[in-house]
Amino acid sequence: MVIIMVVGIKDTSKLLGILVIVFCAVLVCTMFLNYRMDLSAMEQEITSRQMRIFYEAQLSTATVVCAVSGGCLLLTSGVMLLFYIRHYIDTHKKELGILKALGYSDLKIAKHFWVFGSSVFLGAALGFLGAFGLIPSFYQVQNADQFLPEIPIHLHPSLFAFLVLLPTAAFAALAVGFAWQKLNMPVIRLLKDHVYHSAKCKKRKTAPVSSRPFLEDLKTNTRKDKKILVFFILFASFCFSSMTQMSAGMKDLGSVMMGAMMLLIGLVLACTTLFLAITTVINGNKKTIAMMRVFGYSQRECCQAILGGYRPVSYVGFALGTVYQYALLRIMVDLVFRDVEQIPVYRFDVPAMLLSLAAFIVTYELVMLLYSRRIGRISVKEIMLE
Amino acid sequence: MIKVTDITKSYGSRENRFPVLKGISLEIKDGSFAVILGASGSGKSTLLHVISGLEPPDGGRILYDDTDITLLSDQALTKFRKETVGFIFQQYFLLPNMNVEQNVKMGADLAGNHQYKAVIQAVGLGEKLHKYPAEISGGEQQRVSIARALAKNPKVLFLDEPTGALDERTGRQVLNYLSGLQKEYGFTMVMVTHNRNIAEMADTVIHMNSGKISEIDTRETQKTAYEIGW
Repeated sequence: MVIIMVVGIKDTSKLLGILVIVFCAVLVCTMFLNYRMDLSAMEQEITSRQMRIFYEAQLSTATVVCAVSGGCLLLTSGVMLLFYIRHYIDTHKKELGILKALGYSDLKIAKHFWVFGSSVFLGAALGFLGAFGLIPSFYQVQNADQFLPEIPIHLHPSLFAFLVLLPTAAFAALAVGFAWQKLNMPVIRLLKDHVYHSAKCKKRKTAPVSSRPFLEDLKTNTRKDKKILVFFILFASFCFSSMTQMSAGMKDLGSVMMGAMMLLIGLVLACTTLFLAITTVINGNKKTIAMMRVFGYSQRECCQAILGGYRPVSYVGFALGTVYQYALLRIMVDLVFRDVEQIPVYRFDVPAMLLSLAAFIVTYELVMLLYSRRIGRISVKEIMLE
Repeated sequence: MIKVTDITKSYGSRENRFPVLKGISLEIKDGSFAVILGASGSGKSTLLHVISGLEPPDGGRILYDDTDITLLSDQALTKFRKETVGFIFQQYFLLPNMNVEQNVKMGADLAGNHQYKAVIQAVGLGEKLHKYPAEISGGEQQRVSIARALAKNPKVLFLDEPTGALDERTGRQVLNYLSGLQKEYGFTMVMVTHNRNIAEMADTVIHMNSGKISEIDTRETQKTAYEIGW
């Protein structure tokens, strides 16, 4: 009963990021896998060479999209889940330490972390249902040129098991296993913060540069302290860059609908991940910000020191996304669709890249402005709240 | 000179509202050492926070020479804190991911003080520049917070139970450093404590009880940290 109070359903409400990513992954995978299964069932009806080439290209597209999008997104949500559990244990160390001190075993406490899998279930179930809402239009778009006979829509229950139930069980097991591993430490390290910090500090190998200003040091240390947040910001800008540029290329290579879908998914993923990462950065540094304000550092200086270190990371993510989308479309055109007639020549779209970059800069700076105001609202009395 | 006139402060809302400061008036001279003494819940920490500009009062005036800080905007108040005051808290509030030198630079950079290492030497931590807060003792952490506050060359130093988390020996050592540094640098020091013995080191003692000042003592001679009881 006591443990249930420590890890409850309300704690999973913070897993909105995972929910959104899983939703996107399952939505895309359900549409393409369902399409692939229905298409495979029609193999007997493929009679001409032209139909065969189109048929195989469609099958390959579905496989590549599911493997790349589904795989990447599920991997990201897995990393995000582990980050949340670690963050949860870090912020609830004392309560968990007390439970351990009272005699609850690591496994007994860790078992209750299965609830973190519930966000995966919700995201996957919504994605699955959403996909079936979009499938009729999706099938029409995929076969818009009528190269193939009409593809009948079937509901495949096995997909529900593989895309909803299996990920939920896997993520719940991952949550329990990871929590079990993280809780496996002496009680005193959970109860006393400084012991944990001491262990962490001793790992630092590089000596600080004493000539550097305090704000520069703080910026660097804040970024280094939570490397996983660097990954999330990289991922957010990567998604924004790759999906917006790919969606622009879709009007020639695919369809307007696919382009719009990619754009929507890219923006949702990028914004959700960016908001969650920045919120975590600020919440994790509230006391530092409050102390800086007590000493007389301005809102701008606080914002620059806490968030400024992530700006170069976001531009690296944008560059990686640009390269990734170009390579992926190049592979699709040169390898997957090489035998399909009427496929236009694909070239790197410079105007689309510039437009995407401009939109990215505006979005990123607006988010920073929003969070700068949030930093300004942190009370100097925050340091007195223990 | 700090001149506080008829300060009031309440917490809570409507029917649950309770007054913490009930019309406080006092004066603290430049370069003096004032102690605010009172039992737990007497309002002494709230008074310190209000006088130092950490939180606004509900009513009254707080004058630093000719500047009424109750009328300052948030931006102006930040500038005031930057240029005028320093803080030392019972829980030290050092930045855990910054070493001793970097923590002190937090204060020094604000004042453009490039000689901050002399302050670290003065509090006896010259050998521990690159240690992190978790790697030094509580007394040493408090000395880092003293160095951090002094490195910004404050005109007024506010201390909230600076020895509250320290044992007797370390507490005396910290107080000794503080009184020595105050004489050397000549800043005004306002300290909150519930320890009556520490008050013997001050030249002004403000006794607080239930949100009001019950008595103000001024002393001609002050004891050192090693002469007072504990």
